[in-house]
Amino acid sequence: MSVLEIIIALPLLAALAVWLGAPARAASLGATLLNLIIVFITAVQYSGKAATGLAFTYSRPILDNPSLSFAVGADGVSLILALLTTLVMLAAIWQIQDRPAIFYVSSLLIGGGALGAFLTTDVFFIYAFHELALIPTFLMIALHGRAEPAQRKAVAWKATIYLGAGSLVLLAGLVWVVLEFSGGSKLTFDLEALRNQAKLTPLPDAKQAQIFFVLLLGFGSLVSLFPFHSWAAPAYATAPTPVAMLHSGVLKKFGLYGLIRIALPLLPQGAHVEWVQNALLLMLLGNILVMGLVTIHANRLDDTLANSSVMHMGYIFLGIAAGGEIALKGAVVLMFAHGISIALLFGLCGRMRNQLGTLEYNKLGGLATHAPAFTVLFAFGTFASIGLPGLTNFAGEVMIFVGSFTSFQAGVLSNLQWTVILALWGVVMSAVYMLRAYRSIFHGTPTTGLFMIDPAFSQRVPFIMLATTLLVTGCCPWLLLNLMKSAL
Amino acid sequence: MSVFTIEAGLAFLGLVLLLVEAFKPDISRRTLGLTAIAGTVLALVLFVFAKHDTASLPGFIQPWHQLDTLALFYKGFALVITILVLWLTLECAPYLTRFTVDGKLAEMFSLPLIVCAGMMWMASARDLVTVFVSLELVTVSFYVLVAFARKSAFSLEAGVKYLILGALSTGVLVYGIAWIYGATGTMSFDGIAKALANPATSKTAALFGAAVLLCGLGFKVAAAPFHMWVPDVYQGAPTPVTAFLSVGSKAAGFVVLTRALDAFLAEGSIISTEIQSLLLVVGSLTALLGSLPAIFQTSVKRLLAYSSISHAGYLLLALACRDSVRFDLSSGGIVAFYLATYLPMTVLGFLGLGLMRANGLGEDIKDFAGLAKRNPQFALLMTISFASLAGLPLTAGFLGKLFVFLGLADHGYWGALSCAVIAAAAGFYYYFKTILAMYTTEGTDAPALTLSGATKAVAGALALAILILGVYPKPLQKVLTPVSATVVAK
Repeated sequence: MSVLEIIIALPLLAALAVWLGAPARAASLGATLLNLIIVFITAVQYSGKAATGLAFTYSRPILDNPSLSFAVGADGVSLILALLTTLVMLAAIWQIQDRPAIFYVSSLLIGGGALGAFLTTDVFFIYAFHELALIPTFLMIALHGRAEPAQRKAVAWKATIYLGAGSLVLLAGLVWVVLEFSGGSKLTFDLEALRNQAKLTPLPDAKQAQIFFVLLLGFGSLVSLFPFHSWAAPAYATAPTPVAMLHSGVLKKFGLYGLIRIALPLLPQGAHVEWVQNALLLMLLGNILVMGLVTIHANRLDDTLANSSVMHMGYIFLGIAAGGEIALKGAVVLMFAHGISIALLFGLCGRMRNQLGTLEYNKLGGLATHAPAFTVLFAFGTFASIGLPGLTNFAGEVMIFVGSFTSFQAGVLSNLQWTVILALWGVVMSAVYMLRAYRSIFHGTPTTGLFMIDPAFSQRVPFIMLATTLLVTGCCPWLLLNLMKSAL
Repeated sequence: MSVFTIEAGLAFLGLVLLLVEAFKPDISRRTLGLTAIAGTVLALVLFVFAKHDTASLPGFIQPWHQLDTLALFYKGFALVITILVLWLTLECAPYLTRFTVDGKLAEMFSLPLIVCAGMMWMASARDLVTVFVSLELVTVSFYVLVAFARKSAFSLEAGVKYLILGALSTGVLVYGIAWIYGATGTMSFDGIAKALANPATSKTAALFGAAVLLCGLGFKVAAAPFHMWVPDVYQGAPTPVTAFLSVGSKAAGFVVLTRALDAFLAEGSIISTEIQSLLLVVGSLTALLGSLPAIFQTSVKRLLAYSSISHAGYLLLALACRDSVRFDLSSGGIVAFYLATYLPMTVLGFLGLGLMRANGLGEDIKDFAGLAKRNPQFALLMTISFASLAGLPLTAGFLGKLFVFLGLADHGYWGALSCAVIAAAAGFYYYFKTILAMYTTEGTDAPALTLSGATKAVAGALALAILILGVYPKPLQKVLTPVSATVVAK
């Protein structure tokens, strides 16, 4: 028995209990709060340890050959993501008001599935838990999305088809990995065994590149990598608030986690073979520059946030493409930071929609007058999203940019360095669209007489929690970096 | 007590029930049904504790029967599905009797017992004669069962279609058997394997015979291009019979296919390359032709029929992958594993359809709308069943598919693998369309659904089986593992 098994089981059991009739809010909040505390203690324990690598491991074999086991284990990366998951879960569930039990059940399932994917070390279960989390996402968009039934169903199907196809490509890539790295006579899905085999007998670079590319397409479409991104913005804009918070904040990080956890260690040369690297750099520039421009042209808050969430994935892909230690750690820090900040923004955005009924910039203005606390919380999300120093996103972005621009020689810039130079313009674009959103919503004079008041304190708590997290880890990023002492 | 005695006893009980109904017409259908169920459960218990080696069989039957792991597995499988079908019949009885001539159901309780005995014999068949006789016992009983709801035009249509095509396929099967006998001079599977390893055997004749035989069996398991009867027959037949056809009849067809292919593809067989390519092509086609048309179905029963075709496709592909050192399970073992996972999810699905009918609802996707509001527990059970049929990870259905995919990838059959993946993707679409319908807010004003305690218990047990097999398949693999040992040894 490992503590990680409890962490995975708690939300799933709570979901079952709520479905069978337990009091929805109390059970969900209780389980999530308890889970956050357990994850926090586990992370503190881990950061105090001198030895690094996988900890809290436990394995229950469920099949001999092909060898499958329910194996759990966590290192710094998975613990940071588990912290992110439980924080966002607590906020997402807390801010639900007057909604049927299915909102709680689906939030618990999405969060529980994400925790399972981050904390298991068997490829089979990593994949399976992610699928488990995707299903309620689709169902909730189709059933309770914020659009006409026909339109929200279309949005849900679009996301389902993109993510379903992405999952199948991913499955093909994972099966390929298992077949190549099982070695000997036995097929195994155990990530550690596969890693050891990859160290013993690395594949030729050309083959690594092929497999890496398949995995990149599979994981990439789950993270809305350009040009497989067009499902994401409508899905987030339509999804019910807790689902948007959990998917864009947490579940989307699964693809990046998979690349860092599975693709990079097994195929260390894969990302550096020229054609793969160039393809990846082009795609991530698409995320940053194309989606940046798209975001600037959005004229509704939910559109801006949804597109910005697609755009910011580009930076993380940049860290993965660079592959150096600093860049990768930066990518993990930015995954955490982006998850918290986008969940904060989507949460507040959902609240605005409930009170005002519209999110269009030209109908809003001057909201800060009657809702000062709300405005401050929103400002935290805005400035984090832009990458203001002192908030976590800045730490992640700086590490990625610096880590990717290594070995500079005057006069000869590599493709990677050119990409960094171009990608930096993304920061400018972020500032443009986020500040524009902030100004037109909260400052100036109300054009249509719409105004909102601050939510009650108990309803501010989840957002205060997220904003504080951004501030604390932004001022002390070593809290996160201490969890990743060993090289990734 | 030998296994053979149990099988004979089961067939005998079927005949007795038939006579009782004829001479004592006022006996209640509940008594009859419960007697049949009790008899089958007793047979299952006796079967578990009976002697499990070929030597325990009566001497006169030994040349034709064997009791290897595969046979024992399929015998148990036949007993379990028969119990479930009998219970399902009892559950659907009030609805079914509206369509029978005199409001009676006797044959619905006695014929399944005879089918079960036939399936159990088929599982241990050692030669083509036994295969043929037991297969006919099963098929002829099904002719009656399919057309049982005689006042329903659909059921009659289904019965006629099944009769004509079934009879035709029987003819084709016998033709194939005759050719194989002509080419190899023997009817026993061991003898055929030996003769095929002999280069002096006429390759053309053997290949023709094997291909025709596979056509005949292809009808029974609904392999493309002989799958056209399935949607109409499945839709028209009474729901319990459809479940029986979809699970029991399919398993029976596949045990015979496994035996025949073990012989055709045995070490050194002169026809193995051709038969293997044939299987890959037919399997890929079946998976696609089952899955793609299912996308356009509006009736859930028809949808399940098409999906059952695509499942047969995956099973054929599994048979095409011969033994690999990287799996404990042989291809026959993978097929058995797949069928074992297929049983609870299909029965649960058809149970749901039967309950919809029993509650006066239809079987279309639109009838499922808003089910989650009307009965959340029932909706959850249906969700588990459909998710598993779609092959969602952490349910039993995923593991079966994963084995097939891994086997195909391991042998490098990329073409077949891509067809299977496309079919599986389509499966996701149409199953989730149905699941989505259950959770919509439309249609919530339709009458509520009530389930009896016993129904809940059985359905819950099936759902639990799906989830447990999905995360802890080890015991099942253990039951099936010796299968591979015997197959490889041959």
